[in-house]
Amino acid sequence: MTAVDERPAPPVEAPRHRPNRLLALLRNSWRQLTSMRTALVLLFLLAVAAIPGSVLPQRGVNPEDVRDYFVAYPDLAPVLDRIGAFEAFSSVWFSAIYLLLFTSLIGCITPRLRDHVRALRSKPPAAPRRLDRLPQHAVLPAPEGGAAAVAAALRRRRWRVVVRGDEVSAEKGYLKETGNLLFHSSLVLVLVGVALGSWYGWSGNKLLVAGEDNAFCNTRQQYAESKLGPRVSSADLPGFCIRLDDFEARFLESGQPEFYEARVTVDEVDGERRPAGFSVNSPLRLDGANVYLLGHGYAPVIRYTDRFGKSQTSNFPFLTTRDIGLTSEGLAAFPDVNVDPATGTRDPNLQVAFSGLYLPTAPAAAPFTRSEYPTERNPALNLVAYRGNLGMDAGIPGSVYELDQRQVRAGKVKEVGTKLLRKGETWKLDDGTTVEFLDTVPYVTLSVRYDPGATLLLVSSAVLLVGLMGSLFGRRRRVFFRVLPADPTSGSPTSGSSLVEAGGLPRTDHPGFADEFAQLVAAIGGDGRPGEEAGVDRDGDDRAAAREGAE
Amino acid sequence: MSALSDQLVSLAILAYLIAMISHAVEYALGNARARVTAAPARELVGAGVGAVGGGTPGVRAATGPSAADRTARRARLGGLIAVAATVLGALLHLGALVTRGLAADRMPWGNMYEFVLTGTWIGAAGWLVVLWQRPQLRRLGLFLSLVMVLLVATAELVLYTPIVPLVPALNSYWFVIHVSTIVFASGIFLLGAVPAVAFLMRSGYERGRRSFPYTLAKRLPAAAALERLTFVLHAFAFPVFTFAVIAGAIWAEAAWGRPWGWDPKETWSFISWVIYAGYLHARATPSVRRNVATWLAIAGFLTMLMNLFGVNIFFEGLHSYGGLD
Ligand code: HEM
Repeated sequence: MTAVDERPAPPVEAPRHRPNRLLALLRNSWRQLTSMRTALVLLFLLAVAAIPGSVLPQRGVNPEDVRDYFVAYPDLAPVLDRIGAFEAFSSVWFSAIYLLLFTSLIGCITPRLRDHVRALRSKPPAAPRRLDRLPQHAVLPAPEGGAAAVAAALRRRRWRVVVRGDEVSAEKGYLKETGNLLFHSSLVLVLVGVALGSWYGWSGNKLLVAGEDNAFCNTRQQYAESKLGPRVSSADLPGFCIRLDDFEARFLESGQPEFYEARVTVDEVDGERRPAGFSVNSPLRLDGANVYLLGHGYAPVIRYTDRFGKSQTSNFPFLTTRDIGLTSEGLAAFPDVNVDPATGTRDPNLQVAFSGLYLPTAPAAAPFTRSEYPTERNPALNLVAYRGNLGMDAGIPGSVYELDQRQVRAGKVKEVGTKLLRKGETWKLDDGTTVEFLDTVPYVTLSVRYDPGATLLLVSSAVLLVGLMGSLFGRRRRVFFRVLPADPTSGSPTSGSSLVEAGGLPRTDHPGFADEFAQLVAAIGGDGRPGEEAGVDRDGDDRAAAREGAE
Repeated sequence: MSALSDQLVSLAILAYLIAMISHAVEYALGNARARVTAAPARELVGAGVGAVGGGTPGVRAATGPSAADRTARRARLGGLIAVAATVLGALLHLGALVTRGLAADRMPWGNMYEFVLTGTWIGAAGWLVVLWQRPQLRRLGLFLSLVMVLLVATAELVLYTPIVPLVPALNSYWFVIHVSTIVFASGIFLLGAVPAVAFLMRSGYERGRRSFPYTLAKRLPAAAALERLTFVLHAFAFPVFTFAVIAGAIWAEAAWGRPWGWDPKETWSFISWVIYAGYLHARATPSVRRNVATWLAIAGFLTMLMNLFGVNIFFEGLHSYGGLD
């Protein structure tokens, strides 16, 4: 175990002159902050601080749930909001913890990096005087060639070796510290990748209805919602246009979706128009942005013919209500109808809107409120017609998917009837105008994103993983060999030739070291005859322990 | 095929139950052999464990040597039956997984039921590997078989879901990569939590505590060996889990357009990852006691459980595939 924690304090000079208290305090705080214990506390805090973000609804994940929460807890919600609980992962407290942790991390790994580079470039240390004090010790017959032969054998086993006269020092397992430093450094890179993504990235959501008229081009105005990083301006968005040509979905009998594919035509700035297809797990990768398929639904095509015989067609998307049968709700508004062709004036009280429920597979009998299957097996459109001032001219922003209820309450819009329409059916309203349900076209919901940190994230997570394995499974250890002068008085079978004394020191938790050492000694002693003493430190339990080491 | 799978699950539970009872018999009769078995596997140099020391022998049987012998033989038989039953249970369990996969025509990891079934199997198989390598830890099997019975029975009784195909978001090779590694890591973490709890009890016992939970540890393997096993299992599972989370992020990027979005499942994986990192970190910090570190490992496992059960049941997120609604 490397006792990094217990790094020796820099030698303190005797304070002749007045000690600088502030400096001392700063230095102490820094040492505190970069200790492994502090890192541990901060890690734990980070885990705890992540909990509220999963318990409370988050704006970044599901803004509607946050709104619901405000309705459900009108007293508590504003307080929570003030402390950033609905954006927990960008809140001050969460950021403070991880910034401190990463400061600690950088403060911790910088000196270790320096030390490790030094260790990599320096030679294994000289053998201690008494090898028999080391955890592993053995005496073996010297191989022919003495120290040089020992060194060669060690080199073949990829030890780092240095020969000093009769002594050989060797070390192995630098990978552990290398891996550990790689792991911790790539944690920093992951954070950099995240930061890059949030500063220089952007994203937008778009609902795209099939057809030429609905093609969309990548400008900020065209998105229903968009988010640009602080270092991105609208002008930076790459220009491309997408048209949805077709959408294919297959479902199981249970209504569970099985397969989706959107087929589009893409027009990139300096490319030709080309067809492309993408589906849930394989986004459309464009130059400078990726397009993801998030959902789909139906846009009923509704034609309204006004009292002057003029028709207009709407294919506004109906939003799915998240049930399995894709029951969809929406609004077809016709604010610019009933314009007198003679005068060219529009009567604002003759605007028309239809709110409705679209059922791809309507049940056989009423109530027609819930679709039974997501594809169009028995399509039916349940419409409610309204006439009056829709309130769309007032400039008050309202949802385009719902009728402005304020106008209804104020009596400015009146309901004029309801009807269930099948495809191709026509409904004559009380004033003689007609509405036809012509068809439906598919729409898709898209998320368009650009994340410049993604590559860095990918690379650094790969390095992180490799480093982690090196760190966890690497084992640093040293062995020393000393060729002893021949001892003519000895009566051992090796008498006459010289002996080698060997010692081994595992530098990290390494239960298999005894076995490794024994094997090494056996190999170097030649002809597989280990020195008798090689086994001194071993007992029955070592076998199991050795296997542990191999894991 | 699906019905066969269900029957095999029931049989596997039965086998684990038998294993548990036999282990309990071994445990109860274990006095005579306690001296031998509980002698701690000697830790090698550098393990840095304080509590290497000492035989904490079980209470010696008061009866004569022949009676003690007979009891010892019975205890040994109990242990062997327990291991055999565990092997049988694991085989039946595997059979249940294979038949379910065949019936569904996909990998059997599509919902919570299948997830728990696979994760527990990994735990059982992992235990057999541990047992193969360190037979002296056999008595831990009592705890392990108890956990198996509880979890597999919970899966069967509470989480059971009929076979359905995957939703399209899951229909990708990332499904195999991400989910298999998550299940695998979860299974090993589950297995690792067993010696972690055992270690806490046993080390209390070795420090002389004789109150309730500690007395259960009287005949467990030595604390140092349990601690070592806890570490080895976690050190093995953690990189796998890290890989699984990274694979999940890559998949999320392809499917949802962002690698990380703090969806509740993602948040709890993050919490688990940070806590397990904290465990490994704590274990490598010389000034942190092993007990404290081990508590972190247990906390990590609780967060994994929270992610599996809590998040599927209480929270609504993109990962809502639990199949319980
Ligand atoms: C972002 C937060 C951090 C995470 C997720 C993290 C994670 C880990 C993990 C999983 C290990 C185990 C690998 C192993 O045993 O070799 C580890 C080891 C280590 N960490 Fe960290 N760490 C973090 C921050 C730090 C900081 C701030 C320091 C310094 C104060 C530090 C110093 C060390 C050292 C020295 C080891 C190796 C101990 C050894 O094996 O001898 N880490 N870390």
